[in-house]
Amino acid sequence: MDIFLLEAVLDGIMLGGLLALLALGLNLIFGVIDVVWICYAELVMVGMYAIYWLHVYYGWPFLLAGLAAILLVAVLGVLLHRVIIEPILGSPPINQLLATGGLLFFLQSFATLLFGTDFRNVGIRLPIIELGQIDLSFSRLLAFIAALLGAAGLYFFLAKTYLGTAIRAISQDREVMGLMGVDERRIYLTTSAIGGGLAGLSSCLLVLQYDVHPFLGLTFGPIVFMICVLGGLGNMIGGVIAAFVMSQIISIGGYYTSVELSDVLAFVLFIVMIVLRPKGILGR
Amino acid sequence: MKAQAAGYALGLAALVVLPFLLPDYFLHIAIQVLIWSGIYTAWAFMGRFGLVSIGHGAFMGVGAYTSALLWNYYGLTPWLGIPLGALGAALLALAIGFACFHMRIVGHYFALVTLALGQVVALVIIAARDVTGGSLGMTPRAVGHSWYALQFPERRYFYFLALVLWLIVLAIRYWASHGMRRAAAEAIGEDETAAAAVGINVMREKLRLTVVSAAVTAVGGSIYTQYLNYLNPETVAGVGVSLQIVFAAIAGGMYSALGPSVGALLTLALTEGLRILFGVHFIGAANTIYGLLLILFIIFMPRGIMGLFERRRTARAQPQAAAAD
Repeated sequence: MDIFLLEAVLDGIMLGGLLALLALGLNLIFGVIDVVWICYAELVMVGMYAIYWLHVYYGWPFLLAGLAAILLVAVLGVLLHRVIIEPILGSPPINQLLATGGLLFFLQSFATLLFGTDFRNVGIRLPIIELGQIDLSFSRLLAFIAALLGAAGLYFFLAKTYLGTAIRAISQDREVMGLMGVDERRIYLTTSAIGGGLAGLSSCLLVLQYDVHPFLGLTFGPIVFMICVLGGLGNMIGGVIAAFVMSQIISIGGYYTSVELSDVLAFVLFIVMIVLRPKGILGR
Repeated sequence: MKAQAAGYALGLAALVVLPFLLPDYFLHIAIQVLIWSGIYTAWAFMGRFGLVSIGHGAFMGVGAYTSALLWNYYGLTPWLGIPLGALGAALLALAIGFACFHMRIVGHYFALVTLALGQVVALVIIAARDVTGGSLGMTPRAVGHSWYALQFPERRYFYFLALVLWLIVLAIRYWASHGMRRAAAEAIGEDETAAAAVGINVMREKLRLTVVSAAVTAVGGSIYTQYLNYLNPETVAGVGVSLQIVFAAIAGGMYSALGPSVGALLTLALTEGLRILFGVHFIGAANTIYGLLLILFIIFMPRGIMGLFERRRTARAQPQAAAAD
């Protein structure tokens, strides 16, 4: 096999881990609250800006800045639910999607207003690992490992803790859980915090690889949605599988054609897949 | 009824006289309001029956690029290029619509499919940069005043072109959704299974709305390009435009005939007002306010500005839906 192709495949796997982490947060929100946060990638952008300012401008150590970003985005997630979603929880799902679409506009433009359209880089250069002839970027490997750890952490939380069990239960039957005395509102707010926290974690990993700019969300936001839908909205395992499928298409497609055409390929595949299997690849 | 007809006639007369009274700058704004009004109204063909598309930039882009490319490379007059662009958008809508409606893809799944479609069109335009100029955009070859090339340095021509387009779009809206067609579309928007059970051809009704909406949006995109004599993937395709269309139509009120046009007036006034107020220093200001307003509208006034003027007759829909559970 061609060494560059192998590199593309490896790159794809690394990217897949990151996309899987992003998709997990979104899927959790969808599965539990039944709402699509279309501004999810913009929350990640906010986290990246937070890290940039705290680390570069105020000189905080990177880990501390990252932790602060996770907290900040988690709080944002709670606010998003409390202020925007809660008043319209009963209206048609498309209204909730559009309201978060408004937040997308707001965050994007507000970032432009505050920080301008400059591309900003935290300036951390991690070494490149050489595996034989293959170059592997350490920051990507780190992101991959952290994404897997995040996913594993979420899995144990959902599977082993009381709160996690309640969250899973409510995603299966909303009405009965209310009757069983589970406080829906508390569960929703907790879920929003976790979803936001996962977005914050993603921002720590993304900021090591990409420059921050206000329109960053538009570049990978749509892909993350496609992944969630492809995996079956709310289906976590499906989302992880779809993340790796999509990242391979983007990575290998980009190797054979151009960056844009590989994205086109991914979107077209999404449309075809959603039409063939509307419930996702693992759907019944 | 007579008073209403007189009101319409008076309004129309005012619109005809308007370009002879307005200074150049306001004429420029008025033309844009009319063109966007047509596009937003076309979006609402679908939107008001629950077919929410967040990828209408796809159809606008197909229309705008088809006519501009045909003109630049083959010298084909926009009089043929624009219908061809509309045909292209209609076929695209037919393919996507048929696939989605056949598999009963509705609600936010449908919205996400259209989002993907918008991305596909925008990215194809960028990827084909040898032909389309990519993200830098392209300029249709200018030939001065020409009916053949549909280029007029004198703004008033475009004003009347846009006015005619807008009136045609309103007429299409009436044609596509009055009487039984409106009843059928409303029934589908509320409950597809029940609509099919009473003998409505759900597929045909939804496809009609989708295809007409896409074709009209494509024509709007072409006319907009003819007017500005410039186009790029950001301004005529892509997520930004698609969301702008959704926002303006909802803000104005997608359930009323003139709602989307009110939305166009409102959003352009807002953009221009903020631009004059703040200058170019605050490039994000207009969209920041858009975003906030969109959230507020969805939460407090989902029927938009025109919703405030609606009579009570529509209020009956909600208690019924609640009782159905």
